[in-house]
Parts: sequence; C-alpha cells; structure tokens
Amino acid sequence: MHIMDLVDNSIAARASRVYVGIREDRKQERLHILIEDNGAGMDQETLKAAQDPFFSTKNGKSFGLGLSLFAQAARESGGRLQVDSRPGGGTKIHAEFGLSHPDRKPLGDIEKTMVVLQASHPEIEFSFDYETQI
Amino acid sequence: MKLKPEDLNKIRERMKSTSRLREAEGKAKINVHLGTCGIASGAREILHTFLELVEASGADDVLVTTSGCAGLCKREPMATIEIAGQAPVKYVDLTPEKVKKVFEEHIKGGTVVKEYALAVGSERLG
Repeated sequence: MHIMDLVDNSIAARASRVYVGIREDRKQERLHILIEDNGAGMDQETLKAAQDPFFSTKNGKSFGLGLSLFAQAARESGGRLQVDSRPGGGTKIHAEFGLSHPDRKPLGDIEKTMVVLQASHPEIEFSFDYETQI
Repeated sequence: MKLKPEDLNKIRERMKSTSRLREAEGKAKINVHLGTCGIASGAREILHTFLELVEASGADDVLVTTSGCAGLCKREPMATIEIAGQAPVKYVDLTPEKVKKVFEEHIKGGTVVKEYALAVGSERLG
C-alpha cells in the first residue's frame, strides 16, 4: 500500500522515470525499500513538512498521509526513513525496516502493484528490483 | 521473483501502442482514484480489474489511468468514467464485481449504472 501511495506522489510530481528497489538483508535482519524518481523534487522546507501528516503539496488539500504513514511504518519495525530531494532533481526515499520485526507490515503483492502502475501510466518508465541477501 | 525488468518494458510498449485516447481519438477514460484512502480501501484491485477487462475486450480506445484522492474518502474505492461527449460519472464503494458491471453496461453499453454512481459531473474546480 505504501509503495503504491509513494509512487503516486512521483506521478503527481510529473516523473518520467520511477525506480522501486527492495532488498531483503537476512544477515543484518533488515528490509530496505528504495523509491527514486526524476520528478519535480522538493525544497528543504517542503521536504521537512512532507513527513507531517497535516501537510500536502496538492492543491486544496491540507492532509498528505503517504510519506508520514510510510515513516511511521518504518519506525514501528525499528527502522527509519530518509528522504533526499531537491527542486528539479527528483526524490529518493530510502526506508529501512526490521525484517522479522513483529510490527513490520507485510509487503503485499508488490509485483502486481508494479504491473498495474506501469499499465495505467505507460508514459512513465518504471523499473523494479527485488534482491535477497542471505 | 517472477517479474523481470523486461516485463515492465513490454507492458509499457503494449499500453502505449493500444491506447489512442492520448491523441484524443478514444471513446472512454477510466480514472481510478489512488489517494492513500483509495489504496487502503482496495483501489489496486479495482485498477487491476479494469485493466484486465480492457485487455480481454481488446478495446484500443479505452484509457485506464489514475489520479489522487477525490475528496470523499469514505466512499472509496472510487473511479470516474468519462465517455467521449458525455459528462463524467463517479462510481463509489467499488468492488471487482461492480467494476465488471460498470464495464459491461456503461463503458461498452453506454448506460450509466445508477445504483453504483455517486453523481454525474467532475470533482475538478474551475
């Protein structure tokens, strides 16, 4: 759910390329999720506010739950979220989760998510990676 | 891991080549609302069902796309159907079964499925 939500932000930021990478690091007990786009990006002020659930860049909206819920999900599993972005330079979101943490939310059917996103937005070049490190 | 990088390329190329609506030649546009509320309510299944139905029907004049929250989170999953030359219709509380009926009756048949429709018109202002 979170991945689809964040990729929807990339679409709204007029990205033409979106990369989703998932890496299970079983040795370190971490799950890494990376979402990278070449969309409009955010300045420092917007970036800081983006993790506030009562903030949205979208016109007429005062709420923006996507990034703040993702950050909360990462924290609940003993992980963290890092966002790098600059105006005109795209956005890179790196989330780290405790792989076997009881409060880590399941990934769900991420392949299906990527397929429906690509099929409904053929103008965007999506790429996807899933790597398991034992 | 079944999905290969080239699979997404194939989907992209296929959808590009079969969608004529972007050149304003199409018959219908299906817009599934993918806000946080919509996704949490099952919008991905709704989007997936619409895509499957369009593909199975072989229609090359029906565009499936997404947008954000339409402002009525309680009634998600929602989709707006725009048939060329007609006012858009917003469908609410969708399920894959309801989507099949909307596709058959409204998109293919041209008759609005009133029992699933919220209203006729667009959420856009101005």
